[in-house]
Amino acid sequence: MELLRLATAGSVDDGKSTLIGRLLFDSKAIFEDQLESVERVSRQRGDDYTDLALLTDGLRAEREQGITIDVAYRYFATPARKFIIADTPGHIQYTRNMVTGNSTADLTLVLVDARKGIVEQTRRHAFLASLLRVPHLLLCVNKMDLVDYDRDVFESIREEFAAFASRLDVADLSFVPVSALQGDNVVQRSANMPWYEGASLLHHLEQVYISSDRNLIDPRLPVQWVVRPQTTSQPDYRGYAGRVAGGVFKTGDEVMVLPSGLATRVAGIDSFDGPVEEAFPPMSVTLRLTDDVDVSRGDLICRPMNQPTVGQDLDAMVAWMTERPLQPGDFLALKHTTRWVRAVIRDIHYRLDVNTLHRDESVSSLGLNDVGRVSLRVTQPLFYDSYRRNRQTGSFILAAEDTNVTVGAGMLHGPD
Amino acid sequence: MDRGRGVAGSGHYQLSQLQNIEAQSIHIFREVAAEFERPVLLFSGGKDSVVMLRLAQKAFWPGRIPFPVMHIDTGHNFPEVLDFRDRCVEAIGATLLVASVQESIDAGRVAEEAGTNPSRNRLQTRTLLDAINEHRFDAVFGGARRDEEKARAKERVFSFRDEFGQWDPKNQRPELWSLFNGRHRAGEHIRVFPLSDWTELDIWQYVADEGIELPSIYYSHRRQVFRRDGMLLSIGPYVAPRDDEEVFEASVRYRTVGDMTCTGAVESGAASAEDIVLEVAASRLTERGATRADDRVSEAAMEDRKREGYF
Repeated sequence: MELLRLATAGSVDDGKSTLIGRLLFDSKAIFEDQLESVERVSRQRGDDYTDLALLTDGLRAEREQGITIDVAYRYFATPARKFIIADTPGHIQYTRNMVTGNSTADLTLVLVDARKGIVEQTRRHAFLASLLRVPHLLLCVNKMDLVDYDRDVFESIREEFAAFASRLDVADLSFVPVSALQGDNVVQRSANMPWYEGASLLHHLEQVYISSDRNLIDPRLPVQWVVRPQTTSQPDYRGYAGRVAGGVFKTGDEVMVLPSGLATRVAGIDSFDGPVEEAFPPMSVTLRLTDDVDVSRGDLICRPMNQPTVGQDLDAMVAWMTERPLQPGDFLALKHTTRWVRAVIRDIHYRLDVNTLHRDESVSSLGLNDVGRVSLRVTQPLFYDSYRRNRQTGSFILAAEDTNVTVGAGMLHGPD
Repeated sequence: MDRGRGVAGSGHYQLSQLQNIEAQSIHIFREVAAEFERPVLLFSGGKDSVVMLRLAQKAFWPGRIPFPVMHIDTGHNFPEVLDFRDRCVEAIGATLLVASVQESIDAGRVAEEAGTNPSRNRLQTRTLLDAINEHRFDAVFGGARRDEEKARAKERVFSFRDEFGQWDPKNQRPELWSLFNGRHRAGEHIRVFPLSDWTELDIWQYVADEGIELPSIYYSHRRQVFRRDGMLLSIGPYVAPRDDEEVFEASVRYRTVGDMTCTGAVESGAASAEDIVLEVAASRLTERGATRADDRVSEAAMEDRKREGYF
C-alpha cells in the first residue's frame, strides 16, 4: 500500500469541509463517536444541519468562533492507498499555512464553487502549489448540483483555469466535477453527469502515479548522525546515518564526501532489518565507507561525477511568516538538510503578488504572508540543488535568532 | 503487507506506506539525538510507546539508544504492564527512570482527586513537568498520534513548550518539509511526536509485521468486569463496582493501557496482532472514544490537559 500526501485549502463556503467529511465518511474513516460528537455540538449550537467542519476544527477557539486556525492533519485509507490530508484554512494566514501544507504534498486539491467559477483565491492556491512544486494539481469544481450538472459550466471553468495554469509550473493538472453535498463523483461516478468520462475524486486519488515524482537521479545523503557503538562486539563500527534525499546508493558505489572532497566507496548499507541492497528516497539508512575518512553531521555524501552546488551566496524564493518584516541586513538562523548556519539578508529583489503573479520591484522588505526573491549569504558553504530539481536539498527554513520561532521558508534557485 | 526492503520492482523504487512513515520516524529520532543535549523517551509499556522504542532502536542500530526512557507511574497501573515494561527495557539495555505520582502526592505537590475511584490521569502532568525540570530534559519523546483526538490533529511533530511546560495551540511554529526546528532557550523544552502520522491500524499492522511483543492484556483474555458509562471496567485494587453495578466474566481485551481507574476493556476474541488488525479495521469507534473516561469530560478535555503540559 502506497502513501499519498494531499494538501487542501479553501474558505468556509466553498464546501471543502463537506467534501473532506464525505471522503472520510464514505471511506469509513470517521468513527461513530466522532460523528455523534459533531451531531451533538451542531444541535447545541442550533445548526440546521450537521456541520462536518467540526470534525477538523479541533480547538476550542475554532469551535466557538466557527473558524479554522491552523493546519490540521486527517488520515484515511482505502485498500489501495493511505492518505494524509493537510487541511488548511483559506482565509487566515493563508500563505503561511498553504506553504506549510504544500511543502510535503504529492497532490494539491483546489476547490471551486461552480456558481462562482475561478476567483482570486483559486489562483492563489494554484500558484502556491506550483511554487512549492507539488507534482499534481487537481481542480474540483464543486456544487455541480446547483448548476443543474451543466457540462458547459464545467467546461468553461476548466478552460479558464487551464489558461491560467499554463503560466505556472504545473506538471500534472486534472479536473473533476463534483457535488460534495450530494456525493456526485466523490467516491462513485455520478449518474447525474454522464458527459463526464473521467474518474471519481477518490478513484483519481487512488490512481494518480506518484512513483516518478522523487529525484532518483542525483545521489544525495545528508549525514544526520554518526553511529559508533564502541561496544566489545563492535569496537570499530562506524556508520553514517541519514535519510536519502536523492538518487540511489548501492554497495560498491564510488562516493564523495563534502565538504572534504574525499572519494571512497560504499562498503555496505545497514539497517536494523539487515543489509539494504539499494537505498533511495525517502529511506532512512546507515552507510559504511571503505576508507576511514572524517565525516560528521552536516556533511553530504554524493557521487564524484554528480555533485551538488557548493556555495555561500544563495538566491531563493522566500515565503515570510511573521509580522516583523524581512529586510536587507537582517541576521537569521537557517536550517538546510542537517545543518544550521547563520544567514544575512543581502537584497530583496521583488515581491511576488500571489494573486496576480505581478513582480513588485519597488519593495525593500517582505511582510507577513509575502513571497519574494531574496539574496542571502551564509556563514558556511551549503551543498544544495535547485528546489525545482530536489525538494529536499533545495529547501531551507529561517528562524529568528532571538525567539527561535520559524519565520520563513526558502526555495533555492541554482543552475539546473 | 509487503515488508521487502526496498528492492526495485517493475522498474520503480517504491516503499510501502508503513515503510514510508517508519523512515520518517527514524529521521525524527536522529534529528533529536543530534540537536538536543538531554532527550528522554516516555515509555509506559503501552503499544504506542513500545512501537516508539522499536523505532528508536532502529534509528541508532547497531549503536544503543543514546537517551534514557522514563515512565510516569500513576501507581494505578496494570501489573501485567509493569512487568512487561521492566523486561522490555532490560532486553534492549536502555536506562529506565520512573517518576511517581504517589511521590508527588506524598510530597504535597498535588492532591488526590476526591470521590470514589479517583483518577490520577490529570495529576500525571505535575509529576511529568517536575521530572523534566529535575533532569533538565530538553526534548521529550511522546507516543501521541494525530488520529487519536482532534486537538492532537493540530499539534506539530516538534511541539514547543514554554518554561511552564505549556502548549499554546494558537501560536505554533510552522513545520515545513522535514526541516524540524528544535531551537529553544534554557528552561524551555520540545515535545517530540515521532508517531504523528501513524494511525491505530498502522500501529497494529506494524506490531504484526515486526512480531513485536506487547503486554498480554492487549489480547483477548477472561476477566471479571462491570459496566460503567458504557465501558467495561476491571475489578482491581483501585476500582470497585457500586452496589447497582453487576459483575460478570467476559472475554475482553484493552485497546489502550492507561490508568486502571479510567481505562475500559472491550469485548473481543482477538488473540493476536493479526486478529486485532482485522478488528480495528472493522471498528466504528475510536480507541479513546471507546475506552477512555478521561476524554469524556468535555469537548475540549484533551486540549485543556495538553495546554497544562499533559503528554
